[in-house]
Amino acid sequence: MNIPANLHYTKDHEWIKVEENNIAVVGITEHAQKELGDIVYVEIESIGESLDQNAVFGTVEAVKTVADLFLPVAGKVLEVNADLSGEPALVNSSPYEKGWLIRLELANTEDLQALLTAEGYKELIHA
Amino acid sequence: MKYVPLNDLHIALGGKMVEFAGYNMPVRYSSDKEEHLTVRNGVGVFDVSHMGEFMLTGAKALELIQHVISNDASKLFDGKALYAYLPNNEGGVVDDLLVYRIHAEKYMLVVNASNIEKDWAWISQHNTVGAEMKNVSEDMCLFAVQGPKAIEAMQALTAINLGEMPYYTFQIAEFAGVQDIIISATGYTGSGGFELYVPNEYAEKVWQAIFEAGKEYGIKPIGLGARDTLRLEKGFMLYGNDIDDHTSPLEAGLGWVTKFTKPFINSEYLKSQKEAGVQRKLVAFKMNELAIPRSHYAILDAEGNKIGEVTSGTMSPSLEVGIGMGYVPLAHATEGAQIFIEIRQKKIAATVSKAPLV
Repeated sequence: MNIPANLHYTKDHEWIKVEENNIAVVGITEHAQKELGDIVYVEIESIGESLDQNAVFGTVEAVKTVADLFLPVAGKVLEVNADLSGEPALVNSSPYEKGWLIRLELANTEDLQALLTAEGYKELIHA
Repeated sequence: MKYVPLNDLHIALGGKMVEFAGYNMPVRYSSDKEEHLTVRNGVGVFDVSHMGEFMLTGAKALELIQHVISNDASKLFDGKALYAYLPNNEGGVVDDLLVYRIHAEKYMLVVNASNIEKDWAWISQHNTVGAEMKNVSEDMCLFAVQGPKAIEAMQALTAINLGEMPYYTFQIAEFAGVQDIIISATGYTGSGGFELYVPNEYAEKVWQAIFEAGKEYGIKPIGLGARDTLRLEKGFMLYGNDIDDHTSPLEAGLGWVTKFTKPFINSEYLKSQKEAGVQRKLVAFKMNELAIPRSHYAILDAEGNKIGEVTSGTMSPSLEVGIGMGYVPLAHATEGAQIFIEIRQKKIAATVSKAPLV
């Protein structure tokens, strides 16, 4: 199971990566995409919204199931990965790279410290 | 949790195991879509050994079967199977099932895994005529080899001419070097193929032989996820979703296996319901735009009034649109009728469509 060391993780199987200053990228983990199966579309209509930690910022629909997407930390949704509208399966094939979900402006960068490390996430999923 | 005899083999094949009807079952091996399309276009194999099998034998077996099932088993001949349901006394359905006539005094009933105990108790309770009953569910594996290439891929394993077997017939013959395998031209995918009833002790041998013979046809193991999308595209109902103890079989469209040529449990009530006409019907539908209906989502009319609930829903891998089934009032139950599915507080249009959808 691929769990990159440089990311922060949540118990809801999202990852977050700081790009610069207070801007971060959010996606779902390899484990999450595997549990969901073939992803058919990603619905994110929260662009421009400032949301609290754990707020639902979108939904991911797989063939067999549907799951809410939870914001790892408080912030403003700046951008949705435009490639996903044409190729939602990128979330399956490249969950940490091409299949990223949103770009987020963090409300407080220190919030990240409360999230799981790669090691902690690995333990959570018994990988 | 119960385990099918080949549980470890499914794990070794990369199967993601989930609990289904009390059994640890492979839901997918690689991808739901890929497995689905393998069955639609080629050949795939399901291990559905969780299904239940009851043997009913003796001079009174037929009498008991005729009393508990909706369809007319007197029309069966040796080597012929039929689809039916077990009506309850409250206008609902105990289970749906297949009845195989092995000979005039020996029948096999194949029931849903989730209902094995309930069905056994129900049929036993009504066995006042003294038919001999044996629950062989734990002794038998069931492999469904399904898809347009199933006949060609499996022909090398048996002397029976598979291509000449009519739908819903079966033969008891040698298969993969094992005697007395029930080879049945049935399935739950609508893509043709066979179901093989195999004694546990030969399960692994038969499974391996199937994969060896099917190799050049690209045969793959298929999980329960694809089984569900395959059946839903064909409009086949699933007990527990689309029919249950409280749904009318006539509303569900099971009139074609409800034969009033003989009395059976609750047949008088069902006959009067048929004469009076039903008020709602189980329909299949396709979403008009990219959206996926799921069980229990509300079905709405154009004004936004709730008129029913989705009983099964999925993305159709063949059509690449959301499809589903649900009960709606008669006025909305005609082909082409526009209904709406409530998905995350939004009202998304769908069209009532004639099954099979694919």
